[in-house]
Amino acid sequence: MPSLDQLPLYLKDQIVALFPTPLQPWVGALIAIGTLCALFPALFAFTTVLERKTLARIQNRLGPNRVGPAGFLQFAADGIKSLTKEDIVPRNADRVVHFLAPFVVVVPPLLALAVLPIGRNLVALDLKETGLLYFFAVGASVEVGVFMAGWSGGNKYSLLGAMRALAQLISYELPLILSALTVVMLTGSLSLVSMVEKQSSVNFGGLYSWNVFTPWGALGFLLFLTAAAAEANRSPFDLPEAESEIIAGYFTEYSGFKFALFFLGEYLGLFAVCGLGITLFLGGWLPPFTWLNWVPSWLWFFGKLMCLIFFFVWLRGTLPRLRMDQLMQFAWQFLFPLTLINAFVAGVWHFTASWNFALRWALGAGLLALAYTLLSRPFTQAFPRRTYRFAP
Amino acid sequence: MTGSGILHGLAETAKNFVGSFTHPAERLVTIEYPEQRQTLPENSRQFPFLVFDGSDPEAGLRCVACQICEKECPPQCIYIIKSKAKKPDFVGKSQFFPAVFDIDLSVCMSCQICVEVCPFDAIKMDQEFELATDDRFDGLLFRKDRLAKPNSHFQKLHPTDATETDTRRAADLEKARAAAAKAAAAAKPATTPVTSPEASNPQPPPPTPQPPM
Repeated sequence: MPSLDQLPLYLKDQIVALFPTPLQPWVGALIAIGTLCALFPALFAFTTVLERKTLARIQNRLGPNRVGPAGFLQFAADGIKSLTKEDIVPRNADRVVHFLAPFVVVVPPLLALAVLPIGRNLVALDLKETGLLYFFAVGASVEVGVFMAGWSGGNKYSLLGAMRALAQLISYELPLILSALTVVMLTGSLSLVSMVEKQSSVNFGGLYSWNVFTPWGALGFLLFLTAAAAEANRSPFDLPEAESEIIAGYFTEYSGFKFALFFLGEYLGLFAVCGLGITLFLGGWLPPFTWLNWVPSWLWFFGKLMCLIFFFVWLRGTLPRLRMDQLMQFAWQFLFPLTLINAFVAGVWHFTASWNFALRWALGAGLLALAYTLLSRPFTQAFPRRTYRFAP
Repeated sequence: MTGSGILHGLAETAKNFVGSFTHPAERLVTIEYPEQRQTLPENSRQFPFLVFDGSDPEAGLRCVACQICEKECPPQCIYIIKSKAKKPDFVGKSQFFPAVFDIDLSVCMSCQICVEVCPFDAIKMDQEFELATDDRFDGLLFRKDRLAKPNSHFQKLHPTDATETDTRRAADLEKARAAAAKAAAAAKPATTPVTSPEASNPQPPPPTPQPPM
């Protein structure tokens, strides 16, 4: 009888064994694809309701609470609503591109989710030499879909929205990739499975050596999260799709089911990039302490994913939107240099492997704090503390 | 330090989130209509209603069809037709009454001028607002039968006003009764030559109770 940890793998092997040998790899692949296509959209449905209810509680009100127990069937009502709406294609629209754009936004995140190790021995696609590279390549394909959506509407405002979205996405690709680069440097491999395994060495007190417990890992994780929020068009970086700014930006000309597909693609992108952050920095499917190994590894992965999603919802409820120029300035003048310095500090960490742990930590944290303070000075000096001449 | 503002903001929203579960009275202000309703203050008003004393809406109606409210109403939403006959009011005096008293709710702007000018405390403001109907002509034209509500309804909605009105009307009733008794006593010696105990020993009128200040 397999452990709860290996139960999904055991079930898959049992089903695959029922088929003749030539068909077995295909059946295995189909099961993996089917699981991903069922699991993550279900998580999307749950996340939309959770987000609405969490945002509501942050804003001192109740969220949706009429449909289903405590409102958790709201996604079904929303899905039925979006399916029954009329599918309008503008007369000036490029019909083929208009039809294909939602799919170009939905399919790449599903492809990217395939390389993430969800549990011990549970990865749909184990690319041993190119895992991370494949993830970023596929993730960047979403930007083509965004541009297709804005162009095909035949509407200059949705095209403008698409241009702004594209500028944001391209600018934030650099901090995203460079902060992941530090992990590649110290793991010595692009394979995501080996990155999790590299974090499985145990320190004092049974603490697993997650990358986030190092100075470059902590800052790298924060930089990664910021860039991830911008990649997923989440608040405070949701200028491309903000209702009060540009109606709906690049998906103004979409209605009904295609709009729902864009929504799905955006959330799947969020799951993919959060999952990557967990794999790179938070130890993937590893628990924090060795004595917590009795909890299944896939449960740890999804628990961390839900925590990160909750953090993104919390951030959405707290921060106002960034303006386009503030957004670009933040990416190029703050995040990008900081990621380069982070890579340098990761190198310093690697070459001081024989030092005392506290001294290593102090050196790395000190260098990063210095860089952070110096790089943020233009932002603080531009807006000094306000003083009023006649107020006490 | 850069980023400290964001941390303060995150702490505030976390307080809101946790507080909405642990201290909902402060941090969760939603009133789930229609299962829960907000208690309205005493002075809140929606549309007027006619007050009647006792249990018979026709006999106890305070309105004497003086038509002051009809004339003072700014959008002219009140329509009154005076009756031909008279009926006694609460002190016994014969008064006209409205044969027709209509208020068009789609016109009424709830300014309360009709209430302010009524000398007979006959029209007061109601608090019912769930009056949506699918007929915008007859559904929103309230006639006398729908407008007339008992004094107990007025006492429930506006206790302070009702206490003041009731005390004043009780005082008026007492005064009228005393005047009637005095008139009856004064009329008696004109019919009987024998001096009656009432005439030789005139009783002082009972003290009239003053309305509370």
